[in-house]
Amino acid sequence: MNRQAQAVVLFLFGGAILKASFTDLYLRYVKEGLRPFLIAAGAMLVLAAFMTIWYDLRGRGTQDDDHGHSHEPRVGWLLILPVLGLLLVAPPALGSYTADQSGTVQLSAESDYPPLPEGDPAVIGLLDYASRVIYDDGRSLTGRRLQMTGFVTAGEGGAPMLARIVVSCCAADGRPIKVGLTGGPLVDVPAGTWLQVTGRYSGMRGKDPVNQADLAYVEVEQWQPVSPPKQQYE
Amino acid sequence: MTDTLERRAGRTRSVEVEILAVLLVLLVIFRERVSGLVSGAAFQTWTTVFVSVLVQAVPFLVFGVLLSAVIAVFVPRSFWARALPKHPALAVPAASVAGVVLPGCECGAVPIAGSLIRRGVTPAAALAFLLAAPAINPIVLTATAVAFPGDPEMVLARGLASLVVAMVMGWLWLRLGKSEWIRLPHRSSDGVSKGEAFWSACRHDVVHAGGFLVVGAAAAATINVVVPEAWLQTLAADPVLSVLALAVLAVLLSICSEADAFVAASLSQFSLTSRLVFLVVGPMVDLKLISMQAGVFGRRFAVRFAPATFVIAVLTAVGAGAVFL
Repeated sequence: MNRQAQAVVLFLFGGAILKASFTDLYLRYVKEGLRPFLIAAGAMLVLAAFMTIWYDLRGRGTQDDDHGHSHEPRVGWLLILPVLGLLLVAPPALGSYTADQSGTVQLSAESDYPPLPEGDPAVIGLLDYASRVIYDDGRSLTGRRLQMTGFVTAGEGGAPMLARIVVSCCAADGRPIKVGLTGGPLVDVPAGTWLQVTGRYSGMRGKDPVNQADLAYVEVEQWQPVSPPKQQYE
Repeated sequence: MTDTLERRAGRTRSVEVEILAVLLVLLVIFRERVSGLVSGAAFQTWTTVFVSVLVQAVPFLVFGVLLSAVIAVFVPRSFWARALPKHPALAVPAASVAGVVLPGCECGAVPIAGSLIRRGVTPAAALAFLLAAPAINPIVLTATAVAFPGDPEMVLARGLASLVVAMVMGWLWLRLGKSEWIRLPHRSSDGVSKGEAFWSACRHDVVHAGGFLVVGAAAAATINVVVPEAWLQTLAADPVLSVLALAVLAVLLSICSEADAFVAASLSQFSLTSRLVFLVVGPMVDLKLISMQAGVFGRRFAVRFAPATFVIAVLTAVGAGAVFL
């Protein structure tokens, strides 16, 4: 792999990272907080590409390159793969396939549960809901109408559950948080469909068949398909 | 003779860029077809995990490469002679503890360690740094504390066990290691300006270490997709099997050391000791690291270093688990 080719690969790689971080594409793969570092890293890669071409055009050090280019890393060609992944394929955020494969995330008890946000219905995340149900017996939930957004995944015996992928660093560590659905109109949409569910606290509990972790349930009043949110992870 | 060589080299050069151009044009033309190929659910998940491991690693890789280029070009050799204890056996613990100040994950540490060896630091100390840096820095330990709110001793056990493994491996290298196992890639930067040497080091290291990172990310994504979690459940009940299972899983999954604590926390059916093994082994031996080490230090190094680290890390973590957890 000679210097020009390396410069092109660096430029494409840096450019792909920059493009992903200036659109919302990066949110499918990593946390929002990484964005400034991605931009800095992408800019450095593009700069390195230009500096390589600059020194190459000035003709310095080309002698050792002509003889020594077999020492230049051929493995660098592989960097084309993530470029293709980001620019051409742009794979979607993790969804129902991952939720099928892995058990629901293990919740940790909070020291206290502040009151739900104002509004009727109150908008609440799946992780927050499940934690309040399992560690606080739903005390802060009773008497309120709740609204949650997630995608449909199949639970035990094919019963639909609402799920969302929880990401702590990047999608590689993504794990589902699942909430069982009980009562209400039959959810008859295919797995992976995003739903907005309105309902109430349910005392029903279960176990995720995949990892035997505790599952919370919600008493559904109504549901409707929605388009996936910008930030699909929780 | 020289003339032919140069002409041939010249031809290869232009051909490589042309092949790349043709490839890119074809891919843009057949874009729909390529997207269609990756529409299966499993393969789609594979692509997502593959891309996200890389995107997550890029800032750390670039940061590590920049730091290693600074070490290679701007820090004089005499600095390391003064900064580290003269005796190699003492330089090992000093270098391990120095890992505390480098916040980052393991992808950045590999080029830095290579650069340190090139600048005359004793390999044992550089390797101890390589193992310690990703595991015991403040970001990783904080993440561990957040992931295990009920078990603060996990943080202590992880930090100490990782430090011990790094030092034992450094000393082991002093006793048994042979310098000819390490083959750093050829780099000729004689007679060029510092600026050119700096950018040349950056370009080389990103392309080189980055290429191996791609291999590792692909392997990790494959494991992530093909190993269903239900398999692991059956192993969790047995104390010995659960330790081995999580040690192997840490190697295969290749999760960034800043995130592995959250994954370990969610493997709740496993004992705390086996999860500690997961956290100690992961930042030191995993598929993407083995791939990068083979690239940066040579294959003969990687086939010895990675298994030895794996064994020491498992034993130390089990010991630390017995004492602290």
